[in-house]
Amino acid sequence: MDSNMDSMNMPKKSPFSMQIDLQRFEKATDEEKKQQDVMSESTTFFKDGMRKLMKNPLAVASIIVLVLIILTIIFAPLIVPYGYSDIIKVGGKRDKSAKNLAPFTYSAKEIDYMEETGEKLFPHIMGTDSMCRDYFIRVVYGTRISLSVGLFASILVLIIGVLYGSISGYAGGRVDLVMMRIVDIIYSLPDMLIIILLSVVLNETLANTQNPIIKSLGTNMVSIFIVFGLLYWVGMARLVRGEILKMKNNEFVLAAKAVGASSGRIIRSHIIPNCLSVIIITTALQIPSAIFTESFLSFVGMGVKAPMPSLGSLANAAREGLQSYPLQLVFPAVTIVLIVLAFNLLGDGLRDAFDPKLRR
Amino acid sequence: MTKYLIKRILLAVLSVFVICLITFFAMNAVPGGPFNSEKALSEATKAALEKRYNLDKPVIQQFFLYLGNILHGDFGVSLKTGRDISGTILECFKVSATIGGLAALFAVIIGVVLGAIAALFRNRWPDRLIVFLTTLFTAMPSFVFATFLLMIFCIQLKLLPVWDASSKSLVLPVVALAAYPTAYITRLTKSSMLDALSQDYIRTARSKGVPTIKVIFKHALRNALIPVITYIGPMLAYILTGSLVVENIFTIGGLGQQFVKSITNRDYPMIMATTIFLAVIMVVMNLLSDIMYKVVDPRIKLD
Repeated sequence: MDSNMDSMNMPKKSPFSMQIDLQRFEKATDEEKKQQDVMSESTTFFKDGMRKLMKNPLAVASIIVLVLIILTIIFAPLIVPYGYSDIIKVGGKRDKSAKNLAPFTYSAKEIDYMEETGEKLFPHIMGTDSMCRDYFIRVVYGTRISLSVGLFASILVLIIGVLYGSISGYAGGRVDLVMMRIVDIIYSLPDMLIIILLSVVLNETLANTQNPIIKSLGTNMVSIFIVFGLLYWVGMARLVRGEILKMKNNEFVLAAKAVGASSGRIIRSHIIPNCLSVIIITTALQIPSAIFTESFLSFVGMGVKAPMPSLGSLANAAREGLQSYPLQLVFPAVTIVLIVLAFNLLGDGLRDAFDPKLRR
Repeated sequence: MTKYLIKRILLAVLSVFVICLITFFAMNAVPGGPFNSEKALSEATKAALEKRYNLDKPVIQQFFLYLGNILHGDFGVSLKTGRDISGTILECFKVSATIGGLAALFAVIIGVVLGAIAALFRNRWPDRLIVFLTTLFTAMPSFVFATFLLMIFCIQLKLLPVWDASSKSLVLPVVALAAYPTAYITRLTKSSMLDALSQDYIRTARSKGVPTIKVIFKHALRNALIPVITYIGPMLAYILTGSLVVENIFTIGGLGQQFVKSITNRDYPMIMATTIFLAVIMVVMNLLSDIMYKVVDPRIKLD
């Protein structure tokens, strides 16, 4: 209707017409029109979620903890002058007396050296282990390994799970049925047992490989990744499929279709953003479970190859000297707990912020 | 119901078959045969041995022979000890089952009680304390918790013995195994209890004048327990895998320790047998808890 029209030249309603009598309406004043203006800046789905996330003190605390841990594992090896597999050297000579030192103490040789030269040696922040290696740097490298295993395994799970789940969800029908039966079977397998079993086999079969990538990673690591790629994606696949099926039949998809949105647009701006939150949350919660699995395998003695440490293998090694040097267990154990706790709380926070429907 | 049962049992049987398939072919993929010792065997001896153990037949046929033997409860003999495997497994399983069963019982009882308390005292200090503890325990790997328990109670305080098969020495392994499931069940019970408490039938019962205790136990808790049943299957699976670590830490001669030992010894028939045995238990437990879930709650639609 023409906006310049004022009440005088509004068309008169015929008494028999069912039409609304426009003369009975009053035009909105400018002030009233202003009330309709959007006052706050328009927000995107992501911005809104982040704002909610930042209001959650536990989530913020876990982000800070994770950032601190990541900064430490990136920069500590550049600052600390010890190697994770090297015996501590004093003045270029191996110091065999620096065995099982308490945190922030020096061995007799180191004290002599410092008095002689007046040079200050870098402190052993977490002491040393039974093979005269600086324990702090070992824990740092162990955290590096554990975190990267967790991260890469989760990315692997993400890619396979999302692809499989969305193919199954989109295709529907018989394809979906067969794909989901496969998922059902894999889901009912006891994962830890299969992981151990496959690790044993892969270790043996990959032991004599010439492949440089596998050699540098260590066969155990490769088998952990293969096993994650084979088994752990099923949860993600189920979730993504379920989400896509749910989204496909949702009212807002119908509404978008009704106003003439193309299916490409529906998928891009309606289905994907709605699934994304579930995918991100599951990935965040997948990382601690991968770290758990890796440390479990290392603890059973099937993790990374010595002398490369991981948090699990450090904890396992510390069991022998448990009575005399309990701190050697405490450091890696606390690190695992901190990382897992931070990821769990962050995952919970992400879920609350991005997917209030999932809130328990 | 019958249709669901048949479907579910078929799936379980299929899973067991797949597990046997994976284990058998995985173990077959390991390079080297059982008779590749340092001492070179003559061709004739080797051929005779292979014939005796059916190794001269095609792999597929070997698999089905093995499957047939398993169905008779014959897992072969251990490469390391030369003893009959099924006997060893049953012996070890008795120990593991005692500890695992106690841990499961402990987890369910304590978890339900704590969960109910947390729900009833929502946002007050008991709830906050319980939430804090459950968050902590779900982030702690079982081996860390078990080793700490060992360190504190056996080594520092000398309150409890390490492992001498006495009932006193059962305490620590059971607590170590039960920690994670307890935390999980607590969370589960809390959320379902909160859900149940907000239902209309609770309000009806209250307005009828039913005493609070009766409302909590008869109306709320009974309904809140249903989700816990679904967790029983996964919980037993967790306890069984957890026993791999806990039994090693407390040096208990159970199935878990046997499994890890057979891995370090590269005792392939033993690894195969233990994997299949544990896997079958897990699949059966999952099956039972799924069926129980449907039986207990008539509201659940069967598909």
